[in-house]
Amino acid sequence: MSTIAVRKSFLSTVWEYLTTVDHKKIAHLYLGAGGFFFLLGGLEALFIRIQLMKPQNNFVNEQLFNELMTMHGTTMIFLAAMPLLFAYMNAVVPLQIGARDVAFPFLNALGFWLFFWGGIFLNLSWFLGGAPDAGWTSYASLSLASEGHGIDFYTLGIQISGFGTLMSGINFLATIITMRAPGMSFMRMPLFTWTTFIASSLILMAFPPLTISVFYLIFDRLFNSAIFDVTLGGNTIIWEHFFWIFGHPEVYILILPAFGIFSEIIPTFSRKRLFGYSSMVFATILIGFLGFMVWAHHMFTTGLGNVANAIFAVATMAIAVPTGIKIFNWLLTMWGGSIKITVPMIWALGFIPSFVMGGVTGVMQGIAPLDYQLHDTYFIVAHFHYVIIGGVVFAIFAAAHFYWPKMFGKMLSEKLGYVTFAFFFVGFHMTFFVQHFLGLMGMPRRVATFLPGQGLDLYNFISSLGAILMTIGVIVLLVNIVITSMSKQQVANDPWGDGRTIEWALPSPPPYYNFKQLPLVRGQDTWWLEKMEGNKELPPAEPLQDIHMPKGSILPFFIALGLFIAGFGAMYNPLNQVGDGHPMGTVVLIFGLAMTFGTMLLRSLRDDLGYYIPKEELEDDDAKGGKVS
Amino acid sequence: MNLLEQKFTPETWPEHPETYTQEGKNKFIGFWLFLAGETVLFASLFATYLALKDSVPNSDHALAADIYSLELVFIMTAILLTSSLTSVYAIYHMRNYNFKQMQLWFFITVLLGLSFLALEIYEFTHYVYEYSFTFGSSAFSSAYYTLVGTHGAHVCFGLGWITALIIRNQKRGLNLYNAPKYYVASLYWHFIDLVWVFIFSVVYLMGMLG
Ligand code: HEM
Ligand SMILES: [Cu+2]
Repeated sequence: MSTIAVRKSFLSTVWEYLTTVDHKKIAHLYLGAGGFFFLLGGLEALFIRIQLMKPQNNFVNEQLFNELMTMHGTTMIFLAAMPLLFAYMNAVVPLQIGARDVAFPFLNALGFWLFFWGGIFLNLSWFLGGAPDAGWTSYASLSLASEGHGIDFYTLGIQISGFGTLMSGINFLATIITMRAPGMSFMRMPLFTWTTFIASSLILMAFPPLTISVFYLIFDRLFNSAIFDVTLGGNTIIWEHFFWIFGHPEVYILILPAFGIFSEIIPTFSRKRLFGYSSMVFATILIGFLGFMVWAHHMFTTGLGNVANAIFAVATMAIAVPTGIKIFNWLLTMWGGSIKITVPMIWALGFIPSFVMGGVTGVMQGIAPLDYQLHDTYFIVAHFHYVIIGGVVFAIFAAAHFYWPKMFGKMLSEKLGYVTFAFFFVGFHMTFFVQHFLGLMGMPRRVATFLPGQGLDLYNFISSLGAILMTIGVIVLLVNIVITSMSKQQVANDPWGDGRTIEWALPSPPPYYNFKQLPLVRGQDTWWLEKMEGNKELPPAEPLQDIHMPKGSILPFFIALGLFIAGFGAMYNPLNQVGDGHPMGTVVLIFGLAMTFGTMLLRSLRDDLGYYIPKEELEDDDAKGGKVS
Repeated sequence: MNLLEQKFTPETWPEHPETYTQEGKNKFIGFWLFLAGETVLFASLFATYLALKDSVPNSDHALAADIYSLELVFIMTAILLTSSLTSVYAIYHMRNYNFKQMQLWFFITVLLGLSFLALEIYEFTHYVYEYSFTFGSSAFSSAYYTLVGTHGAHVCFGLGWITALIIRNQKRGLNLYNAPKYYVASLYWHFIDLVWVFIFSVVYLMGMLG
């Protein structure tokens, strides 16, 4: 295969993406699907803000409001933020460590398809009798009593996509452990790789408790079990514990890769190495560890008792320490650097103060007695949007601009980039800053409306206006993407000119085998180091030889589809508590599971030895992996 | 020329065939990571079981001490522990490139696993028919069946997996492609066994004694 552009038909492109196991293509899939769900979740948010624009508004009714609010949170966390981060991890991490692919390319594809079918399953609820309505936290005390199948769409959809997330986590861990190029020791790894590593280990430890509690809710609602049924001895607090044992690490699963992205962008555009590299690594590990010790700060008002509350309050405040270390390291990286303002950099500069504000409110909420006042008010909503938008979403937008040339070979327009930033940044602060005060005045979260004359009108109105500004920012970004995709540019290896890590030594986008010869890593900021010594390419660590590549496969698609089908079977099985079960449900359940396990068996029985790209072909290939073209 | 399909003799066979190739190494690491996740999964099930033990709607409902029978569980434990031992033999023969013996010992492992499963099914039906202790009769029974049943499902999956390996490779013998597969299957089997040891002590022993 050569890299000479061959015009492919639409269908063959679709087939290529359905069967791909190439991490760079899977990154495109995650970006596309995650971006789609982001727009969907954004639309839901817009509807929420329109409803709350004025007191006693009737834009949506209470039931629909609950569904919008639930689906917004669930979609944004599970189907937008995480997959979008996975997109960048897939696109960048194997390149950053000098690998030809991930450790388990097949599993990588399977992880994507599970996420995809799980997300579709969840969203089909809109058309099949109503969406889930018990909040993204879906506390069992509430969700057990929810009528219709909304909650079942939530549990089954989360379960399917959660399996995918777990697989991706294991895959990244194994990749980073076993696939690093010669010389790439752990303490030379770029920070984005490090944070991917720690976030993946959080996935590995945090998703199983979610899996279990979601199974309990599935069983209780659909198969007659009684884990949460108080009349039969059950206990709904079990759900709360498991959900937050998962849920708090989950917020770090989101924010750590975002920290990693900014730790790449800030040194690049300060043209100075990251200040305090080892303390950054240490702080990442410490945050990951402490992230498991604080879950009950979400349950201060549950009534666990003063001793438990005190312990969890102290642990919560402790997390602010490593987070602070990071903030200071970024500031000191810029200090004395030769700063160049670009779109990714402007997002980074916006991130620091925004995220700090979210951290400060977090510590306030960590003070248990104060949290009795703040809990379940708009103050909480302001807090987590400051950390999640000001941290994670800013990072996703920054990375979109930063890595777009590496992923697609084209630069997004700088001008439109600044326009997006301006609208989104102003809109974001307008929407959420005032929510702090709404919360302090006692406005409860997750309630469909409010009364006039309580001093809440103006702030709610400002908040809704901000949401419209953010929407404009996102639309400009979409326009930018369309214009850029239609343009005919082709950027070189290091389009920013200041790239520091290995991915910038490769063509944009890299050839499908990434590296013609695996590179020898001689130090941190590998590519920068070589550039400074006047080298135009990375030194090779091996002679030119045949390259072993994995074969594409359609099986991941079907393994995931099987679970999707089984989900419907489970939902309509005769035992379900809604009472609309049918014996066919059981048949469909068995059919779906048979499809999944049968396809897995097929995969196991048929040898997959991959194939070799012969050396000769690499020699005449004009895209030289690892070299400046 | 493909290393994965090369034929070996006992002399040329590497000492650790399971991690000799890059694919093997990846499988080895990846599978240990998977087992770490499984550990957290079972830890969650155990925690729930302990929280809901003997938590029943009324005094007519059976409690742990009423239903468990240590004799049966003891036999099951012995069978499963033996099956772990036989899978160790199988791996021993794999390291020595003795394909026939390896298949035989894995086959014995499967037979032992099947008899464990048969006893477990007997146990569950006994509880259901003798004590009306069903999946939905109480929070306690739900927690019990989810914990022990999840373990049972793992046994089922493990049996299917090892059986598929035995049949698939019957004709072609050992190579560096299937050696890591056998190895991780045996790791999985040991893990299931270990979980059972905890079930034996936390569910049954503690259920009878206190
Ligand atoms: C300095 C670090 C942080 C501290 C001390 C902190 C503290 C807290 C506390 C105590 C709560 C519970 C408040 C309540 O419900 O009464 C909370 C809620 C929340 N935090 Fe944070 N937080 C921190 C960082 C983050 C980060 C980095 C994220 C996400 C990227 C995040 C996301 C959330 C979310 C989503 C909720 C609300 C969950 C819900 O009830 O729906 N937090 N935080
Ligand atoms: Cu938290």
